[in-house]
Amino acid sequence: MNVKYMYSLLAVVALLLIAWIGVAIGLKVVFGVIFPYLAVIIFIAGFAYRVMGWARSAVPFAIPTTCGQQKSLPWIKPNAVDNPFSKSGVVARMALEILLFRSLFRNTRMKLHQGPKLAYNLEIFLWVGALAFHWAFFTVIVRHLRLFLNPVPMPIQLLENVDSFFRLEILYDSFKMALPGVYMSGLVLLLAVTYLLLRRLFIPTVRYISQAADYFPLFLIFGIALTGILMRYFFKVDIVSTKELTMGLVTFHPTVPDGVSTIFFIHLFFVCTLLAYFPFSKLMHLGGIFLSPTRNLPADTRARRHVNPWNYPVPVHTYEEYEDEFRDKMIEAGLPVERMPEETPEEQTDTDEKE
Amino acid sequence: MADETPKPEELIAKINHRPAFEDWMQVPVEIRKGMYCYASNPKSVEYVGLPNPRQWNPLDEDWKLPENWKEILFEGFRERLEKFRTFKVFMDICVRCGACADKCHFFIGTGDPKNMPVLRAELLRSVYRHDFTKAGRILGKIAGARPMTFEVLKEWWYYLFQCTECRRCSVFCPYGIDTAEITIMGRELLNLLGLNIDWIATPVANCYRTGNHLGIQPHAFVDMIDFFCDDIEEITGIRPEPQFNKKGADILFITPSGDVFADPGTYTCMGYLMLFHYLKEKYGFDITWSTYASEGGNFGFFTSHEMMKRLNSKMYMEAKRLGVKWILGGECGHMWRVINQYMDTMNGPADFLEEPVSPITGTRFENARSTKMVHIAEFTADLIKHGKLELDPSRNDNLRVTFHDSCNPSRGMGLLEEPRYVIKKVCNHFYEMPANTIREQTFCCGSGAGLNAGEDMELRMAGGLPRANAVKYVHEKHGVNMLACICAIDRAALPTSMQYWVPEVDVTGVHELVGNALILPGETERTTDLRGEDLPGMEEEADE
Repeated sequence: MNVKYMYSLLAVVALLLIAWIGVAIGLKVVFGVIFPYLAVIIFIAGFAYRVMGWARSAVPFAIPTTCGQQKSLPWIKPNAVDNPFSKSGVVARMALEILLFRSLFRNTRMKLHQGPKLAYNLEIFLWVGALAFHWAFFTVIVRHLRLFLNPVPMPIQLLENVDSFFRLEILYDSFKMALPGVYMSGLVLLLAVTYLLLRRLFIPTVRYISQAADYFPLFLIFGIALTGILMRYFFKVDIVSTKELTMGLVTFHPTVPDGVSTIFFIHLFFVCTLLAYFPFSKLMHLGGIFLSPTRNLPADTRARRHVNPWNYPVPVHTYEEYEDEFRDKMIEAGLPVERMPEETPEEQTDTDEKE
Repeated sequence: MADETPKPEELIAKINHRPAFEDWMQVPVEIRKGMYCYASNPKSVEYVGLPNPRQWNPLDEDWKLPENWKEILFEGFRERLEKFRTFKVFMDICVRCGACADKCHFFIGTGDPKNMPVLRAELLRSVYRHDFTKAGRILGKIAGARPMTFEVLKEWWYYLFQCTECRRCSVFCPYGIDTAEITIMGRELLNLLGLNIDWIATPVANCYRTGNHLGIQPHAFVDMIDFFCDDIEEITGIRPEPQFNKKGADILFITPSGDVFADPGTYTCMGYLMLFHYLKEKYGFDITWSTYASEGGNFGFFTSHEMMKRLNSKMYMEAKRLGVKWILGGECGHMWRVINQYMDTMNGPADFLEEPVSPITGTRFENARSTKMVHIAEFTADLIKHGKLELDPSRNDNLRVTFHDSCNPSRGMGLLEEPRYVIKKVCNHFYEMPANTIREQTFCCGSGAGLNAGEDMELRMAGGLPRANAVKYVHEKHGVNMLACICAIDRAALPTSMQYWVPEVDVTGVHELVGNALILPGETERTTDLRGEDLPGMEEEADE
C-alpha cells in the first residue's frame, strides 16, 4: 500500500488546523504579520541560495541535447531552435521551453500491442495540464498584486477584466442577483491541480515514482486555490479590511484590522507554507530550468571551443611509448617509425629519418 | 546467443508496464543472469591505473570493496556536484512528471520500473538527498531519502549498467534532465570502487596500449586492411593502396576499430578504402590511417571523464605528429558525441591544425572550424552534392533500405540529413521508419555504452525491441531488408537484434552502400556486391 499521498494530505490538513486554531486563540498577528514576513524572507533567501549553489558548480562541457538537424553544410537546412548554433537560437529555445514547455509537447504514450507491435501516440494531456496549471497560477499571482498596490495599475485591472469576462447575473425586476465576475484563472488552477493529482494517483508508472514531496505541493496548492475561491464567491470576506492588512505588510506598517475572516488566515498560512517550502523542494525547477546545461548552451562545440575551468593534464600513452613497444613489428609490417632499434647502426637510422 | 536467452515470445510475455502497488525502495535488487555484464578483469583495471583491481563476481555477497567505500563514494559525489552543474541541477529539479518513463528502450523492453529514467536517477537522488540536503537528512524516507548501503550500491551497479546513455529521455524532459549524464556520473563513482564491467574495462586497457579497443597490434592492423584490399581487388579488379602513419599527409582518418574487425563493419571499412582510392586516383586525395590512433570509439567515455580524455588524446597527438591539416572521422556513434561535445574542450585547442576544407570541392567545413574534425557523412554528402562521385545506385537495387539514427549523432550532434542524403544518392529504395522512432526520437540498438557483451543477451534483446519493432514495421509495409546505420556498435549489435526480432533484415554501414555504388576508375564489371553476393541482374547471368 502506497501511503505517500496520505502523509501529504494529512500535512495539509494539519496546516489548516494550525491556522484555524491559531487564529481562534488570538494569534492573528503571528499568522497575519510574522509568518508572512518570515515566509517571504525564507523564500527570497532560500531561492537565491539555491540558484547561487547551482551557479557555483562549473560547466566543464557544453552538452546540449540536440533535437534537430545540426548546422553543417550550407545546403542543409539546420533546425535553429531545437539544435541552436547561435545565441539567439538558444534564447528562442529557452523561451519556448520556459513559456510553452516545448519538450513536454513532444510527449508520447507507448503501448505494447499484440504482434508484438509498439505504438507511440501523442500524449497531449500532461502538456495541456501543465501549461494550464502554470499559466493559471501565474495569472492568479499577478491578479493578487491588486492587494499590494494602491491604486491598482491599469495592466492588472485589464488582466482582471479579461480573466473575469464570464459573469452570472440575474436581472428580473422582482429578483436581482449578481455574482462577482468569475475568475477563469482560479477555476483552471483548481481543475489543473486536480488533474495533476489524479494522474499521480491513477497512472501506474507515475504513481510508482511519486513521493510524498510530489503530493504535498499539489495538496497545498489545491488548498490555496480552494480557500481563495471560497473566500471570493461564498464566504464573501471583508475585502476592505483584507486589503488594509496586505497593504500594511507591503508598506512595512503592518496592522491586523478587525473583520479579516479566519478563512483568509488559512489561505494566507497555506501561501506562507508554500513560499517557505519552495526553496527546499522540487519547486525549485522554476529556477533550475534556466540553468539546465542541456538546454541553455549553443550546439556549436565544433566551431567554438568551450573551456573547462578545471581541465587538468592526465596521464597519456604517447606515440613514443607505443612505438617502443611495437617497433620491431612495425618495421616488419613496413610501417614508418620515428626511431630505428638501438642496436641498428647510426647511418641506417639517418636514412630512415629522411624518408 | 546463449542458450538460456528467452525466445522472443517468452521475452514479450514477461513485459508488464504496470508497476505494482509497492514502494520501490522496499524492492530489493536481484542481479539476474542474462541482464548483467561480467565484472572487469583486474589486469585491465590495473593496466590503466584505475582503483581497486581484483577478481570479483557481482553474484557474490562480497564485492571486495575498500573498507572506506562509503566515504569514497560520498567524497566522489561531493566533488562531482561541484565540478558538474549538470549533476547538481539534475539532482535537484526533477518533479517526477513521468514524461520520461516510457521513453527508455530498457523500460519498454523489460517493464522493470527501475528502468524508467526517472527512477534510475532516483537511485542516486535518494542518496543525494540523504547526504547533501537538509530535508532529506531530517525527514528521511518521507523526503525520498535513504542512506547508502551495500544493497543500494548493488542497485546502482545493476541499473547503471542497464542504461546505454542514449539520451532519448532527455529529449522529452521539460528541464532537459539527461539520464546519460547521471549514468556517466554514477559509473564514475562506481569506478572509484573498482566496480566496472569487463566489456568496458578491457577495451579501455587495449585502447590505451595498442591504440584500439580490440587490442589489434600495428602489424595486424595493416594485415587486416590489406585483406580488405584483396577482397576489393577480387570484386572490382582495383586494389586500393591505403597509407599508414604517413607524415605530411593532408588528412588523418580515424574510424572505430570495430570496422576493421567484424562483419558487417568490415564492408563499411571496404567502402572507406574504395572512396579514398577513388578520390586519390581522380583528385590526388592524400589521406592516411594511423595504427597508433586506430580507434574512433572511446570506451573511456563509459568509464570516467578522465579516462575519456586519456584515450581521446591520441587523436590530436597523432594529428600533430603526422603534421596533417585536419582529421576525418568514420561512422561511429559515441565517438562522435565525444568529438563533437568533448574533444576540443578536453584536449584542444587544436591550433596546430587548419580549418577543414575539402581538397576536392573546396567546401569549408565551418561547423568544424575549431575542433578540426569532419564526419565522413558530411564529407561524402558534400562530394556527392558537387557531383564529384560517379555512382551507380542500381547496384544497391536488391536492397530496400531504412536508416537507423544512432543515438549520439542524433542527440549529441544533430547529424540527421547528411547520411540520408548519401543513402538516397546511392540507393534507389529508401523508406523511413515511423516518425517517433527516428531522428532525435531514435531508439538505441540496446547494446550501447559498453553493454554489447554476450552474457547480457536478454538485456540487449529486450533493449533492442523498440528499434527492431520499428524495423519490423517497415519490413512488413515496404519489404525493407536492409538497416543502414552510422555506428560501429550498431553494426556489431543490430545484426543480433535483427536476427532475434526481424530475421529477414540485415545491417549495413552507409559507406558500404557507397562502396557498392561507387564506380572506380578502370574497374572491371562487378558481379557481386562487397559481401560477395550477386548483384541485381547478375544472378541470371551466373545461372546461364
